[in-house]
Amino acid sequence: MKEIIVIAEHRQGELRDVTWEMLSKGRQLSESLGGELSVALLGKDMKNLAEALKPKANRVLLIEDNRLEFYNSETYEKVLTQLVTERKPMLTMIGHTATGMDFAPSLAAHLKIPLATDCIGIDSKDEAFALTRQIYGGKINAAVSFLKKGPQYMVTARAGAFPVVEKEPLSGEIVFVPSPLTDEALARRFLEYMEAAVGEVDITQADILISIGRGIKDAENIPLVKELADSIGGVLACSRPVVDKKWLPKSSQVGTSGKTVKPKIYVAIGISGAFQHVAGMKGAGTIIAINKDPKAPIFGVAQYGIVADLFKIIPVIKDKVKGLKKS
Amino acid sequence: MNIIVCIKRVPDTADADISIDKSGKDIEKGGLAFDLNEWDSYAIEEAILLKEKLGGTVTVLSAGGEDSNESLRKCLAMGADEAFRLTDPAFAGGDGFATARILAEAIRKKPYDLILTGTQAEDDGYGQVGLVMAEMLSIPHVSIVNRIEVQEKKIKAHRELEGGLEEVVEVDLPALLTIQTGINEPRYVSIMGIRKVAKKEIKAFGASDLNLKPEEVGSPGSDIQLEKIFLPPVGEGAEMLEGKPEEIAQKVFDILKDKGGVA
Repeated sequence: MKEIIVIAEHRQGELRDVTWEMLSKGRQLSESLGGELSVALLGKDMKNLAEALKPKANRVLLIEDNRLEFYNSETYEKVLTQLVTERKPMLTMIGHTATGMDFAPSLAAHLKIPLATDCIGIDSKDEAFALTRQIYGGKINAAVSFLKKGPQYMVTARAGAFPVVEKEPLSGEIVFVPSPLTDEALARRFLEYMEAAVGEVDITQADILISIGRGIKDAENIPLVKELADSIGGVLACSRPVVDKKWLPKSSQVGTSGKTVKPKIYVAIGISGAFQHVAGMKGAGTIIAINKDPKAPIFGVAQYGIVADLFKIIPVIKDKVKGLKKS
Repeated sequence: MNIIVCIKRVPDTADADISIDKSGKDIEKGGLAFDLNEWDSYAIEEAILLKEKLGGTVTVLSAGGEDSNESLRKCLAMGADEAFRLTDPAFAGGDGFATARILAEAIRKKPYDLILTGTQAEDDGYGQVGLVMAEMLSIPHVSIVNRIEVQEKKIKAHRELEGGLEEVVEVDLPALLTIQTGINEPRYVSIMGIRKVAKKEIKAFGASDLNLKPEEVGSPGSDIQLEKIFLPPVGEGAEMLEGKPEEIAQKVFDILKDKGGVA
């Protein structure tokens, strides 16, 4: 039997969206291959999550152990090495997330299974898989194939890349898999979770966000955009490079590792539109993007686009807004 | 503390208008500027900060052609002690897995307490090389690290998770960490700084120096291969606002007003 195993991702008691996305893609693949879909769930006291997963797979492979209470790459790799070695799935799917990125590459290397990371497309082809990845920061797509012949393969799937399609529920059976973990000391140990500091302004509550990216070039250019934001009644936000350079606080960052926002209006200025940023703002009511590169991915998600040098166009827009507001 | 940092020289495509070359498998690189991979610039800075605080050495490694010397010299100018380049015609076309094998074999011969890499590269974006190396060298790893605190024979590291959450772990040394952008502020390197290290030797090592067989490296030693590249479909795409700046500004104002802005 051709089995696909999705590794469920959960944190602080909740299954993460990428799990449902992978199960949806995994189901389509397993149906086209005439195989079966399993989902592996590792943790402590996982009954509720296991029940929630049942309708989405043919079986839930449940590995419970007190040592799995918090994610740890070492315990995950030990458990999954045993699971994959025993079940020999044709495909193992892991999220390309902060968690999946932390164990998939070393797990694949350990098991000597070929791995393709950060896939946005996965299709079965000639007893293997045809993949789509993004390169050059999302500006280019690449069609990729496995060079090493399986029969086992592994992929990490980009979060948000695979839509969740509702289908007839499956009667997933819970299979209790014994944990191979012992009290042997680990070289890496989980200590704690830490929440990011709360900022002065909560960008998730703003109706209008004026957001800047790498294109702003220098901290001293920020007042120009801040003035525009003030004249519109908007709040200043940003993409990752602006926070990396310490020009704005982390609490202003929109994106996967920052905040997810849904304002009425989102103006993206000098933001190329890397998927990590788009994931945090695609739910905005209206998106206006200003970028000098006509091929910037941000234009694929925006409703309105302006190809221009922001330093030339922003002052004109700012003056226009100020002038028309007065009249 | 002896630290090894693995780096890569990449084309700067963040602001560039890029196009696909004739082979259909890569982009036109002719007009592009190249620089040290952004993640790696934070990794080398972190290594030098640790050296300044704790003493020891920083060694930089890169798998790449002679062009890579430029980025290796930048690292030397930042404060690294030694730089090595791993280069061989047989290394061509390698994916993240094959690249990790080359780097791991080169590192195997050296004493180290800590290995740092960038979390991923700007070009391929595999996010894979560091962890595969750690596995090949049988040392523990921590990925996506945005804060480090060195303790007795171990490191306390903060991992960046989604939504502003961080995971704090401790890991025994020797270990490999993949470094996230924003962990520090990479120092500026002046032209004078580069000149000072211009004569410093950068030794190159090939497949035979590393006891690697041709089938273990490059394209034959890779998990995956690239078939072709194409521009991402833009979906419906944005309605482009065109005209003189004044006209564009008017259109923006009208949209803002219509959608509930500029009250």
